[in-house]
Amino acid sequence: MTTTSLTKSRGAGRAGDKVFSAATLAAGCLILAVLFGVALFLAIQAFPALVAPADKIQGGEGFFTYIWPLVIGTLIASVIALVIATPIAIGVALFISHYAPRKLASGLGYVVDLLAAIPSVIYGAWGVAFLAKEISPAYDWLAENMGWLPIFQGPASATGKTILTAGIVLAVMVLPIITSLTREIFLQTPKLHEEAALALGATRWEMVRMTVLPFGRPGIISAVMLGLGRALGETMAVALVLSSGALTASLIQSGNQTIAAEIALNFPEASGLKVSTLIAAGLVLFVITLGVNMIARGIIARHKEFSGAN
Amino acid sequence: MTSTLTPVRKRSALTKGQLPKAAPYIVLAVALVLGAAILALIGFNAFGWGIVSAILFAAGLVGWSLVVEGSRKAKDKLATCLVVGSFLVALLPLFSVIWTVLVNGIPGLLDPGFLSTSMNGVTGAFDNKTVEEGAPLVGGIYHAFMGTLLITVLATIISVPVGLLTAIYLVEYGEDRPLARAITFFVDVMTGIPSIVAGLFAAAAFFAVVGPGTKTGAVAAVALSVLMIPVVVRSSEEMLKIVPNELREAAYALGVRKWRTILKVVLPTAISGIASGITLAIARVIGETAPILVTAGFATTINTNVFSGWMASLPTFIYTQILNPTSPSNPDPSSVRAWGAALVLIILVMLLNLGARLIARIFSPKTGR
Amino acid sequence: MSKRIDVKDLNVYYSKFLAVEGVNINIDAKSVTAFIGPSGCGKSTFLRTLNRMHEVIPGARVEGEVLLDGDNLYGPGVDPVTVRAQIGMVFQRPNPFPTMSIRDNVLAGVKLNNHKISKGEADVLVERSLQGANLWNEVKDRLAKPGSGLSGGQQQRLCIARAIAVEPQVILMDEPCSALDPISTLAIEDLINELKDQYTVVIVTHNMQQAARVSDKTAFFNIAGTGKPGKLIEYGDTPTIFSNPAEKATEDYVSGRFG
Repeated sequence: MTTTSLTKSRGAGRAGDKVFSAATLAAGCLILAVLFGVALFLAIQAFPALVAPADKIQGGEGFFTYIWPLVIGTLIASVIALVIATPIAIGVALFISHYAPRKLASGLGYVVDLLAAIPSVIYGAWGVAFLAKEISPAYDWLAENMGWLPIFQGPASATGKTILTAGIVLAVMVLPIITSLTREIFLQTPKLHEEAALALGATRWEMVRMTVLPFGRPGIISAVMLGLGRALGETMAVALVLSSGALTASLIQSGNQTIAAEIALNFPEASGLKVSTLIAAGLVLFVITLGVNMIARGIIARHKEFSGAN
Repeated sequence: MTSTLTPVRKRSALTKGQLPKAAPYIVLAVALVLGAAILALIGFNAFGWGIVSAILFAAGLVGWSLVVEGSRKAKDKLATCLVVGSFLVALLPLFSVIWTVLVNGIPGLLDPGFLSTSMNGVTGAFDNKTVEEGAPLVGGIYHAFMGTLLITVLATIISVPVGLLTAIYLVEYGEDRPLARAITFFVDVMTGIPSIVAGLFAAAAFFAVVGPGTKTGAVAAVALSVLMIPVVVRSSEEMLKIVPNELREAAYALGVRKWRTILKVVLPTAISGIASGITLAIARVIGETAPILVTAGFATTINTNVFSGWMASLPTFIYTQILNPTSPSNPDPSSVRAWGAALVLIILVMLLNLGARLIARIFSPKTGR
Repeated sequence: MSKRIDVKDLNVYYSKFLAVEGVNINIDAKSVTAFIGPSGCGKSTFLRTLNRMHEVIPGARVEGEVLLDGDNLYGPGVDPVTVRAQIGMVFQRPNPFPTMSIRDNVLAGVKLNNHKISKGEADVLVERSLQGANLWNEVKDRLAKPGSGLSGGQQQRLCIARAIAVEPQVILMDEPCSALDPISTLAIEDLINELKDQYTVVIVTHNMQQAARVSDKTAFFNIAGTGKPGKLIEYGDTPTIFSNPAEKATEDYVSGRFG
């Protein structure tokens, strides 16, 4: 067969296609490389701290003794945040998806999203300048009346700069995250289920309990996990609000510290092995949040397949 | 046909055993009065009045419903009260934060020279004078504002091409290949990286490649890019997905190459959504503090070179002014500066959010009808 | 400016699934050929293989030959982009580019390929193409307005103008009237009648009256059942297919006994 009119290439030619698709592929691979790089560079820079003799690490008893109170402190702050934020977030999500008038719903959703837009340092400033002051009388009351519980053991901090305050600020910050995800899931509840429940004479709450909440359960769980991921890694709210110290059971005294805040407070002036120690702490935080996030994403992905959503 | 005579009744059978329509208003009025009375006994304040009245309202309405309507309706009323209540509770911190920033920030912002001077040469002695002798407040946020601007612009320059090209790969070339699925999964995971870890990554990478202790605006921009790229990818991906396939086919059928179809047909159609997503991503990273703290340090002087020297930014400025006041004995001037900077930062973020909405509206394809 | 198409033993696959089997058909230049048949019989799939548009769907491939005046579309070294520039396509739903004006929509094929064209040449091309699509008089005063502001029928004629602006040899139409009202349909059918003076037109339609009205030749496709491949049952002059078909299945279909 001779060369025909069909074998003549026209336009910018095939090269353009090749270059462009290669560029998009490279960008995608770059993202994978960056994530890999995060793990790799943190590991390299953290290595000296992990192998250093115990007495060279801050505290003098090795990296493990240094890091575990921070891990516990991080968990305490995050758990407080979730205990407060989860019920409120589910309530807000239900309000926007099933209770608020249709016309207002999207506007109200936007208002809640504004909570997510406020920078964390401003939450921190608000926490230390407003919340800590206003809430300290409540701590005195807790210490007086509930002091027999170890977590409310007195004397309460006079400044209010406690891990409970930090937890409340964190709760405000994770609230919009949990809300927006659960709201999406609630809106996906099959209309047929809802109408079936209403047709049986269910009240609105019974309809929600019978259809919306069971349908949304995996979504709620993964939303809470994502909120946990955010709370674990949040730095500024804790660094500014908490008057840190050794690990303490009482939530209304000063004391405790989180990994992220520890890094932020010490990294700018650190040098030598201290830098490695802090980067190692960051690596620990990275691994914890990565695990939490992957579990959350896994739940969402599995749920998507079952519900046929998207 | 016979006309049915319906007996005239005050209330229909369908509304028997229900609370009157005005019930919530009656209960609300009673709750407000009672709440005020209780608060008057222990010392009145508006916040306490609101809380006590809300609890009284819920208890009253649910209790009344329990007596008249039975337990099922009462439970329903209780759930409604809790759901609405949780929404109102969620609004409290929003208003409280904005109010606090406005009240504390306006004095700083009104201070002459606040926006146009840096903290160069401002020492504790000046602040002591301000407090003790009433001298005017010195120092400002110009250096921090410039730092935020430069770092954010550089981060955007890095993130947008990478994020957008990745989104294009996922939507136009990925075809659900294992690589595309891996990228999607890890982009999701990346959105969950704590911001301080992103900062440590950039710092660790530059320490390893350039040299220990490298802290410049560029390092901060890389850190912010790690946070920004996944946001850009996700939002652009969503926008590209909703471009109708018919438009791509129309272009292919005209003998247009795929890459030109993407650049000239798909992207222009989705550009409003993409631009608004990018604006939101900028709004997200412009307020990040921790990654800048560990990568750019904090400077008191104007530095417009992102590749050399420490650099200030609005968030780190707020942070250091609160945590380490310029004059430890008189922290008030520092606090005024911090809140002024906070107000500027929150205005920037809100403008970006508003801008995102406007972009989405203005640049969306016109129907011409 | 028009070429004939000859198809030899064409099989179309989606991944492993055989969608259309063993099609042999010869389509004359400057004629209108209609493809009819029940839903899912593969007539649209087959139409898309005539300008390699099926390749847009991942996993789709063909065996066999499609000859455009003797040149195999699937021959080695043939660029699908070149094929599509010579064999245009009009789709079921009108799809003007929403970001472009009416004028830019007509020029899309030229401009998107980055061909330089002077303003004078462009004006001539726009007018000629819109005249060719019987749309010029309706839109000549609002060429700068967005194409999506036109009515459905006008949009479809704009899409035809866009297709003929790149001066193809063949125009494929995939149920071009199924989303339109009867008046707009009539306008398109009139246009098809005029187009065959210059182009080879192949049209897929669900509407047998339409096939009878516009086409010179008709091809009837059918499937034996779900999961079986579609086949070309009968191909002949339109009057013959509708009044005196050779196959029982064709007669059942055109007389409305099934499908």
